[in-house]
Amino acid sequence: MPDDVATRISRRGVLGGTAATAVTGAVTGAVPAQAVPAPAAPTPVMPVRFKVNGERRELTLDPRTTLLDALREHLHLTGSKKGCDHGQCGACTVMVNGVRINSCLSLAVMHDGDEITTIEGLGTPDRLHPMQAAFVAHDGYQCGYCTPGQICSAVAVLDEIKRGVPSHVQADLTAKPRATADEMRERMSGNICRCGAYSNIADAMRDVAGADA
Amino acid sequence: MKQFTYERAKDPAAAARAVAGRPGARFIAGGTNLLDLMKLEVETPTHLVDVQDLDFDRIEKTRDGGLRIGALVTNTDLASDERVRRDYGVLSRAILAGASGQLRNKASTAGNLLQRTRCPYFYDTNMACNKRKPGSGCAAIGGYSRQLGVIGVNANCIATFPGDMAVAMRVLDAVVETMDADGARRSIPIAEFHRLWGDRPEQDTVLKPGELVTAVTLPRPLGGKHFYEKVRDRASYAYALVSVAAVIQPDGTGRVAFGGVAPRPWRVEEADALLPQGAAAVTARAFQGATPTQDNAFKLPLATRALASVIAQSKV
Repeated sequence: MPDDVATRISRRGVLGGTAATAVTGAVTGAVPAQAVPAPAAPTPVMPVRFKVNGERRELTLDPRTTLLDALREHLHLTGSKKGCDHGQCGACTVMVNGVRINSCLSLAVMHDGDEITTIEGLGTPDRLHPMQAAFVAHDGYQCGYCTPGQICSAVAVLDEIKRGVPSHVQADLTAKPRATADEMRERMSGNICRCGAYSNIADAMRDVAGADA
Repeated sequence: MKQFTYERAKDPAAAARAVAGRPGARFIAGGTNLLDLMKLEVETPTHLVDVQDLDFDRIEKTRDGGLRIGALVTNTDLASDERVRRDYGVLSRAILAGASGQLRNKASTAGNLLQRTRCPYFYDTNMACNKRKPGSGCAAIGGYSRQLGVIGVNANCIATFPGDMAVAMRVLDAVVETMDADGARRSIPIAEFHRLWGDRPEQDTVLKPGELVTAVTLPRPLGGKHFYEKVRDRASYAYALVSVAAVIQPDGTGRVAFGGVAPRPWRVEEADALLPQGAAAVTARAFQGATPTQDNAFKLPLATRALASVIAQSKV
């Protein structure tokens, strides 16, 4: 029988608890009273309005808040992941006004008026997006952490190919790109998978591309 | 990230005034490089002027048969433009060889030109860096310098300009158009836009505070075959160790610029003239006076071989 308490502990809860413990430790540490810095100037905040997965949302945010943090910490859409937080890994990939971007390298206030689609907006557990279903069918993941970013990117890549956006591996720059394995691999290079599920991801994408064609 | 205030500019002169009149203020467009550096506190602006709403997002024909690329045109849109793909292939190729799909969708034309070096010592705030902290020294010299510059660098700084797009623009003789806080415009040839470090490595370009890039113009098409050969540690999504942008004509003459080797896209017009004599002749002239480190001396023969590959492809 699994322990009742243990089953209620989510990864998020554990991380939150750890952080809280660390803060408590710092506060109870021997810090002389006179060393406590003067209270910082109040953080300026700004209103932001955008549409997320078709729903109008309004937030009041410190301008430093990235789009990724606004989605995860303020709207509790935790599907988009924070990997490197520097645009190198692609785990935070979302679509803004129809194109994929790294949500970690964009400020939420820069997206006032924009339409954002996250993994939560692509499909649901009951009604998977075809790309989600293909990832499941092809085992396009192991640990799953990079998967929401991979899927958002994969959906956007097929759309880019359809719209004729060229790529580095295209022999003839003026030709219409095709959904080949080489094209998928090149276009997905901004999404890193530490488990190395790349070949299965490429297979899943080819399945969906084939079904579309 | 340090605290800052934020505004969205409605016209270019107002944007330029907002930055010129306030020390610590910076323009932001795509933000893919600036925000990265702000998170590391390599950049610590106190005010951001977001220029995304300005009317600089189009590619238009110029009267003399060239193209005028708005400063806010994204890297994806520029590389995808039919006219660019047909007449300025080297530019499409260079852009598509850089960054990732996500980044190219957000990065702007002006921001790509203004991106800062990826020298690891510039990025690490615990290290001495004359570019990040003037007068603090250069930890890259004597450090790990495999990726760094071999020419146009000096004892103050051996960082490189890391971009690809600008290397193609250098071969095309592009011109950068700007507007300052008084609304005055100027046109800066790309050859003069990025500075050699000299004794002020903190200053990447010749832009004055608050001077806003509004467009990049390309002269009329050159014809010929267009190449961008990029040599890097991975097949995709990595900075160039060496890159070669070239336009080669049927008679073997042409133009060539190198990336990943210097503080600016590296082109020596006298070396262009040696193209019919082969790669070794060109690079001997282009890299005359090079000062590589032990770690990056490999870039010199690599540049020759990359160019030899381009010349061979041009004859197919």
